[in-house]
Amino acid sequence: MIARILATAMTEAHIARRNRWVLIAVALMVVFSLVLSAVGAAPSGGLGADRLSVTVASLTSLSVYLVPLVALLMSFDAVAGEVERGTLPLLLTYPVARWEILAGKLVAHTGILVIALIAGYGAAALIAVVNDPAAAAGFGALWRLTWTSTLLGATFLGIGYALSSLAQRASGAAGLAIGLWLGLVVLYDLALLAAVVADDGGTFTTQFFPAALLANPADAFRLFNLTASQATAAASGIGAAAASVALWKSLLSVLVWPLIALGLATRAFRKVEP
Amino acid sequence: MTSTLTISHLTKSFGGVKALSDVSLHVAPGERVALLGHNGAGKSTLMKVILGLITADSGEVSVCGAGPGGPIARAKVAYLPENATFHSALTGLEQITYYLRLRGERTSGAMALLDKVGLGHAAKRRIGTYSKGMRQRVGLAQSLIGHPDLLVLDEPTSGLDPVSRRDFYELLDGLAAEGAAILLSSHALTEVEARTDRLLILSGGQMVATGSLPELRREAALPVSMHITAINGYDADIISILPNAIRVGSALHLSCSQEGKLATLAKIANLKDKVSDIDVIPPSLEDIYSHFSRRDGQ
Repeated sequence: MIARILATAMTEAHIARRNRWVLIAVALMVVFSLVLSAVGAAPSGGLGADRLSVTVASLTSLSVYLVPLVALLMSFDAVAGEVERGTLPLLLTYPVARWEILAGKLVAHTGILVIALIAGYGAAALIAVVNDPAAAAGFGALWRLTWTSTLLGATFLGIGYALSSLAQRASGAAGLAIGLWLGLVVLYDLALLAAVVADDGGTFTTQFFPAALLANPADAFRLFNLTASQATAAASGIGAAAASVALWKSLLSVLVWPLIALGLATRAFRKVEP
Repeated sequence: MTSTLTISHLTKSFGGVKALSDVSLHVAPGERVALLGHNGAGKSTLMKVILGLITADSGEVSVCGAGPGGPIARAKVAYLPENATFHSALTGLEQITYYLRLRGERTSGAMALLDKVGLGHAAKRRIGTYSKGMRQRVGLAQSLIGHPDLLVLDEPTSGLDPVSRRDFYELLDGLAAEGAAILLSSHALTEVEARTDRLLILSGGQMVATGSLPELRREAALPVSMHITAINGYDADIISILPNAIRVGSALHLSCSQEGKLATLAKIANLKDKVSDIDVIPPSLEDIYSHFSRRDGQ
């Protein structure tokens, strides 16, 4: 079982390297992290926090957008591409379970994502540490950001595989992936904000709003990182508004979402008839 | 000896259209069986049912003593799809290495497999740069992995040049000699005739004929044609004795049933002073094939 998963992972790694996905993911993360750490350097004095903690708060906001995007870009083709190329029927006649194929792809894609995260966060952290001797205090927050980003990535990889299985055409899967990214990462927060403003402290804000945040993997990720590092002051909007949600709730959401996404992906892939 | 593949009363329809109806067949170990049929006759559907890629509506399929598509069957069955395709970013060597790993075989054998199908020189090039014939040979290489008990080959020689075809059938002969059962579909009737033990003809989703070529030839009972060249001036004498002969150019053409063949030849032998040459032309493979695939109103 492990051998078959690793075999698929190795093959996917070859493909990702040839298709420049490793390079693209690393470049995206490094460029955005560096830009953010340069821009985010200004307020550090006034907040009384070390520079790395402030950088991590900025990186959290960046990762909410970028990590799901990179994960969906890597995964939308995973099943639909095999269907379109006509490589799926042959693969499915091999003694390998469908979930093992998905697991192999997940290992490879997560690995690439981790490389990109380490490169991006590492570059930003390096700048912070060089400029502020007290920045070492922020390493805990950086480590937390790295593993939660990996889980966030795995969640969206799983969602990407599920969409890819449902669409069965790469073009359709790409459209679904972009739509989902816009919906979960951009419009969802906007809609919640609008509702909170309209509600003005009523039952929606106190009852449904925290649950709505936890139900969205991207929001749960942001909530967990900002609550855990008590950096809500450095972030604006949703993070500050939801400071009341207990830490364990957002942690649970961050941990459970990858499993839900992979479950959905496996279910959707099982229904693909080659 | 029990069959490697047994199918009985298999039926499969897609949205009300019957792709296969009441199909039964068996393939024994070491047997090479050709599956013939026009486009859309149900060959690929039948193969996909055998591989467990699609499930049948009714009927029973037993592959190596197990259900189709299960772990036991998948470990023992090799498949070559029609127009084999692979990821264009991988090299031939990487692709074969991957398949070896999935089957739990040693990856050191990858190069030997590629050499076996004549791709050793291109092993480290991307499959995207391969020609159609080369891709087909990657497909053949992967179907040779391990020692499959059953090979299901969907038009394995399409895209191959004549020399590669011959090499391919030699590989198959070797596998069959080791006890592998082989089911292959093809449109190339002449190579199928020389290289397989038995033919199955599908037409409109039904199995319309099964047997060796001589058996099918007997069953079809198609007329034999004879071309007689008369010695100058004796045409009329021959026509008077063989009234159904017709004049075509300088020759006389005649057709007779299988049963009447010897009697007709005897008559012609009696005319040996007047006949300079005779050709007996049995019904061609194509004739036999069209006879069966057009039967039942097709």
